[in-house]
Amino acid sequence: MAKRSVIEGSHLIAEAAKVCRPAVVSAYPITPQTHIVEDISQMIANGDLPNCEYVRTESEFSAASVIQGAQATGARTFSATSSQGALLMYEVLFSIAGMRLPCVLAMANRAVSSPINIWNDHQDAISARDSGWIQLWAEDNQEAADMIIQAYKIGENPQVMLPVMVNLDGFLITHLYEPVETYDLKMVDSFLPPYNPQYKLDPKAPISMGALAQPEYYTEARYMVHNAQIRSKKVIEEVATDFGKKFGRFKGGLIDTYRMDGAKIALVAMGSIIGTMKDAVDEMRSAGVPVGIVKIRSYRPFPVEALRNALKDTEIVCVLDRNISMGAEGAVFIDLKGALYNASHSPTMLGFIIGLGGRDVTVEDIKNIVNKAKAKLGGKRVSELEWYKLDVDILPEGI
Amino acid sequence: MANGRDRLTIGLVTMPGTTMQYHTGGWRTYKAVISHEKCIGCKRCADSCPDGAPFECAHDGKKKKFCVNYDYCKGCGVCAYECPVDAIEMVVEEK
Repeated sequence: MAKRSVIEGSHLIAEAAKVCRPAVVSAYPITPQTHIVEDISQMIANGDLPNCEYVRTESEFSAASVIQGAQATGARTFSATSSQGALLMYEVLFSIAGMRLPCVLAMANRAVSSPINIWNDHQDAISARDSGWIQLWAEDNQEAADMIIQAYKIGENPQVMLPVMVNLDGFLITHLYEPVETYDLKMVDSFLPPYNPQYKLDPKAPISMGALAQPEYYTEARYMVHNAQIRSKKVIEEVATDFGKKFGRFKGGLIDTYRMDGAKIALVAMGSIIGTMKDAVDEMRSAGVPVGIVKIRSYRPFPVEALRNALKDTEIVCVLDRNISMGAEGAVFIDLKGALYNASHSPTMLGFIIGLGGRDVTVEDIKNIVNKAKAKLGGKRVSELEWYKLDVDILPEGI
Repeated sequence: MANGRDRLTIGLVTMPGTTMQYHTGGWRTYKAVISHEKCIGCKRCADSCPDGAPFECAHDGKKKKFCVNYDYCKGCGVCAYECPVDAIEMVVEEK
């Protein structure tokens, strides 16, 4: 039975993975590790997750390869990773997507080396954006776990057949205790049918997967992955709606909006920062500032149409990126500018690089950013991209 | 890979044996030539070939003799290296 309890984010993710009945779970406890696969190993040892093989591998590269191979045989799979471990998985991530294997991976978003840093930002997943994986981004513990169940339903849809990465902020979700609702297995069973793909590896009926494609086929193969991403937009919306009807929780489809009615200033971001932004926006709305939030739940596919529609009445948009595409700008800022450039309405846009490597983002920070947007609207000169609260005093001289 | 104008499958799944349609022999600079005088029919060339190009083509009454299917010999030289009696020579192919 579903029940309310106060548990850690990682534990709830493990519970959500469990009720999806994975047949194979792979794990490599690289630093920084979370409790996700640790909890699943306990469940299997306790007999709480029958008919599931737990494979301990010698690297994250192998952990990804194990779910790739297992998924190819028609098994539902799960794994979790983070930061450096995710980087080691990269080669396999591209291959899984190209082979159209709907694996589900929980990504505890953290900074990447160098310098070594185990705290939260989004660089690990953002740099995998071109891999072909669907990327969903969660705001809180409940949404992250609900997304795991939705992820299987989205990825395994015959119109999609793509792997899904569920992104949850390292520490801020993975290690945070929140009141949540756990899952009723029968309810999940009636929401998520068993996995039965069109193609699977079977010695009795051999096929080849991931073979060579010469130049006359490669473009078409890549187009098919892209096309599946585009088609998945509709499926992501439908699955979120169906999930809402069944479980009584709806946190948006491709995007979600918060207090956007009459908003002239919009804040756009992904992940747990949305919670802080909501508090700030509530306070500012009380003070009469017309500000609202657009939360991106699906970063890949990038919801161009939904974002154009949500921002069509705004005068200025501030994008808060917990990542940096070195030598350019924040990834969401770049994508959103691209999405709005040929739109019928193209608001002024400001980008902020914020909260890297675990730097805290407070309600005051959000208010500061909105004040900059107000200043820009008032005709003041504001730089297009700002490294928010960059401590110039500790930079070497000459920079 | 799909032959002619066949449609691609999701994930480019292919049925067994499609590499038969792809003649890697076109990559070749050197070609493997097996001397039947020296060949002892041990089959090591066929077993070590990454493309399965050597095949049994004759028998002198005592031993099997192997030939090379040049549609698939891409000239890597593994067979010549592996042959225990140095029966295989890598010859520059002049076209």
